[in-house]
Amino acid sequence: MNSVIPLTILILSAIACLAAVILWFIAQKFKVFEDPRIDEVQEILPAANCGGCGFAGCRNFAEALVKADTFDGLVCPVGGASVMEDAARILGKEAPEIEPLVAVLLCNGTPEYCPQTSVYGGVANCRIAHNLYAGVTDCSYGCLGYGDCVTECKFDAMYMDPATGLPVISDEKCVACGACVKACPRNIIELRKKAKKDRKIYVACSNCDKGGPARRACKVACIGCGKCVKVCQFDAITLENNLAYIDAAKCTFCRKCPIECPTNCILEINFPPRKQKIEAEAALNP
Amino acid sequence: MKTFPTGGVHPPENKITANAPIRPLPVTGQVVIPVSQHIGAPAAPVVNKGDIVKAGQIIAAGKGFVTSNIHSSVSGKVNKIDNVTDITGYRQTAVFIDIEGDEWVDTIDRSDTIVQEFNHTPEEIIKKCLDSGIVGLGGATFPSHVKLTVPTGKKCDILIINGVECEPYLTADHRLMLERGEEILIGITILMRALNVDKAFVGIENNKPDALAHMTRLATGFKGIAVHGLKVKYPQGAEKQLIKALIKREVPSGRLPLDVGTVVHNVGTAFAVYEAVQKNKPLIERVVTVTGKFLKSPGNFLVRTGTPVSRLIEAAGGLPEDTGKIVAGGPMMGKAVSSPEVPVVKGMSGILVLSQDEAGRKEKEPCIRCAKCVAVCPLGLEPYLLMTLTELKLFEKAEAEKITDCMECGSCSYTCPASRPLLDYIRLGKTTVLKMARERNLK
Amino acid sequence: MSNLLTVTPSPHAHGKETTGKLMLGVVIALVPALITSIYFFGLGAIIVTLTAILSCVIFEYLIQRFILKKPLSINDGSAVVTGLLLAFNLPSNIPLFIIILGSLVSIGVAKMTFGGLGNNPFNPALVGRVFLLISFPVQMTTWPIPSGFNTSYTDAVTGATPLGIIKGGLKGGEEISVLMDQVPSHMQLFYGYMGGSMGEIAAAALLIGFAYMLIRKIITWHIPVSVIGSFAIFTAILWLVNPEKNADPLFHLLTGGLLLGAIYMATDYVTSPMNPKAMIIYGCGIGIITVIIRVFGAYPEGVSFAILIMNAFVPLMNTYIKPKRFGEEVKNG
Repeated sequence: MNSVIPLTILILSAIACLAAVILWFIAQKFKVFEDPRIDEVQEILPAANCGGCGFAGCRNFAEALVKADTFDGLVCPVGGASVMEDAARILGKEAPEIEPLVAVLLCNGTPEYCPQTSVYGGVANCRIAHNLYAGVTDCSYGCLGYGDCVTECKFDAMYMDPATGLPVISDEKCVACGACVKACPRNIIELRKKAKKDRKIYVACSNCDKGGPARRACKVACIGCGKCVKVCQFDAITLENNLAYIDAAKCTFCRKCPIECPTNCILEINFPPRKQKIEAEAALNP
Repeated sequence: MKTFPTGGVHPPENKITANAPIRPLPVTGQVVIPVSQHIGAPAAPVVNKGDIVKAGQIIAAGKGFVTSNIHSSVSGKVNKIDNVTDITGYRQTAVFIDIEGDEWVDTIDRSDTIVQEFNHTPEEIIKKCLDSGIVGLGGATFPSHVKLTVPTGKKCDILIINGVECEPYLTADHRLMLERGEEILIGITILMRALNVDKAFVGIENNKPDALAHMTRLATGFKGIAVHGLKVKYPQGAEKQLIKALIKREVPSGRLPLDVGTVVHNVGTAFAVYEAVQKNKPLIERVVTVTGKFLKSPGNFLVRTGTPVSRLIEAAGGLPEDTGKIVAGGPMMGKAVSSPEVPVVKGMSGILVLSQDEAGRKEKEPCIRCAKCVAVCPLGLEPYLLMTLTELKLFEKAEAEKITDCMECGSCSYTCPASRPLLDYIRLGKTTVLKMARERNLK
Repeated sequence: MSNLLTVTPSPHAHGKETTGKLMLGVVIALVPALITSIYFFGLGAIIVTLTAILSCVIFEYLIQRFILKKPLSINDGSAVVTGLLLAFNLPSNIPLFIIILGSLVSIGVAKMTFGGLGNNPFNPALVGRVFLLISFPVQMTTWPIPSGFNTSYTDAVTGATPLGIIKGGLKGGEEISVLMDQVPSHMQLFYGYMGGSMGEIAAAALLIGFAYMLIRKIITWHIPVSVIGSFAIFTAILWLVNPEKNADPLFHLLTGGLLLGAIYMATDYVTSPMNPKAMIIYGCGIGIITVIIRVFGAYPEGVSFAILIMNAFVPLMNTYIKPKRFGEEVKNG
């Protein structure tokens, strides 16, 4: 009986050693050579695997960075400039200048402004509704409100506001990965240049119908009148297909166009209230 | 009794207008004629604001090969060329015409005499179809001249005529066969000449015994045309299922009927071809069934294209108080419209008015894996799997499971005991997979 | 017109069948068997059935409401069917706590842990039954013999089932022709005059239910016919080879849980394959494995295990065995 235990230990240890040796040989035979720098780069990436860089996950992006000659066109929107600089340091390449971006919804068609003209009874999915018809309002370009964008956001930066039926995007959490832009079947979410204090001025409309039908469908639609284009001294606004568009690169936030717009479709976000507004309110409440 | 072997459902037939003779629907005021009423490139307007037009005059010319011409259905003055919301819920270009009188283009023979003889060559017939804007009137609106043009390398040995009308409620083809059967048969012989075939089979579902008997009797006077009764099962009227039932050939996945040597045309199209070739009349009016359990006087109307649907409903007794949905087409594959002002187009075979109750959809429940959807799919697909793959965005797998074969007949969603929106997701999967495949081919 | 129009994708019509109606149909199909078991086993049958059904429904409610905090689905009737089928797998004199434990395992472990209705790979009633068989072997193998309407349910007179008699006798070296005198006649077996679990005794009642379910289109013929067919063929082969060591196929068909299993348990929607080809292979597998367990295995009855074993293969079958696609391109050689 006494010899059983030591014998068992001996035999099992021998089997374990044999197995270890066999596995080591197999590991060597099937070894895949990988550039060790890929692991190094992957270490400094955010590991969100969001696909915002256009690659299938952080490891894939790390491979691309190692293989590429320059960093042109290679950006991690989540990690931003600091991560790209770290990667540049590891690989001995130049990191490009990155502009911080934020996602903006180019639509302000709440039920108050854009009345409901039909009822949708299908699955609450924007792409399915978009393929079916124009939507519950007469604007066939506007936000459908079923939240495909919110579902895609992996950074918890969006939620659907039940009062407006529009998605709300958090300036702090949005990393501009672009998932919501791809998810939107109407392509009305845009990544715009992020300004200081999260200020934004943009045309909150994507309606390309002529002025008459656009206005009939929604009170705050862009009617393509062109007054904003005329008043802008910096050539930042263009009018195409009955729709105005403000180029964030050229806009200086002079705040002239929102006042000019007859339908109030140009929104100015995170600005101090205007002097006239303060005076008007003061007049009402002495 | 001939039928197709796999799948199929039996929705209640509700052919409440089967005995209502076709009545012409006069229209006043304005018609709005969209420039795209067919598959293919939209036509481009060839008239301008202020032009005087006659009924049958071309107002928009098709571009390219897969396209169709659009003709005015009324006489009057062009009010404007503007956008109108059509049955897809989106806006498209249309010609707005203020109606004045009812003058037709002189070359059109408006008499009722049946013209039997014709001596056109196949090329002439095909050109006539193109010029007259003939498209498939079964609902798909595929340009007929394209279907009749057999590409080199392919052969056609038999023509199949679709008189099935498997959708519940619709009776337009039924009445057309009963009232204009002879003209339809002449149209069929014209199509046979265009395709150079000497055999044609006409399929008619058993729930139209009068039409079946009438057409069988009339067909004895026509060489090469045989009329066959078919078991009532939806979707017998689907092209592939009809071919399988009548001549036992199976169109391979992703291919066309021409690949098994046949071409399918609707009886309505055959009638339109008769009118185009023998009467010089372009496609400007069609029979539309206006129906619904709560309509006061449902019926079958001969309607000019461009007539607003509200006019049809008015003629059927007005829109009931409790209306929930207006469907252009039948209940299985028709499109629900967002407004009664959409205009009638070439492919509109019926208008179905459903009450709030009938229009409701039940809440979806979890899939109980009963496999009823698999049992009823006429194409042998697995709808429950295609829906799950689409929800999980596994589009490569969906493509491998042949999601693009789906003809969107609706049998699966109709049957599902858990009221799962199978077809909604399968459609989404289909469009995504087709887009994926197109992008892949471009690379 | 006052209302806005509703727009949905097609189809705009729906068939009449709902999950609840299908479950009700299964319950109705089981009523003849329930009546037979009450007739033969008396009060015990009623108590066991009610306890099983109630505890299944209550457990599903409690788990969904308090643990999963999900919307309730007891209205779809699937818990009732599980309870009824579980009861039909038990002897009519089994104590209440065992039934309740079985319900807890059926619903809680075999159904809810996988995600509720539609997600379980194994038949819940059978998982409950097999769990009880292994945990309480004595109570689960003591079968009352039919003795009319007893007043007390735990004092039922018990005895061996026909399969038990045959199996025990064969082990003891006796021959079939001798053993056949100790079991009820084929006709008696058909009507239910035999010991066994509550649902398995009456072939006649089960077949009436089968006909009802076929007419109502609740199930298709594929699974029951392939189970019974393969089972009959295999037992017939064994019987023809050695009639003294193997009972005849008809005896095997009418005893034990084969008919109950083939018609009601193997056809459970969630755990059976999704297309006819796979269903037939599944059914044949069950039939053959049942015979193997009955003849060569330790247990006198094998249907429950056979079904659970085949349940494990169903996802594989669904992946690799596909229905016939329309217009499948024939590969050119």
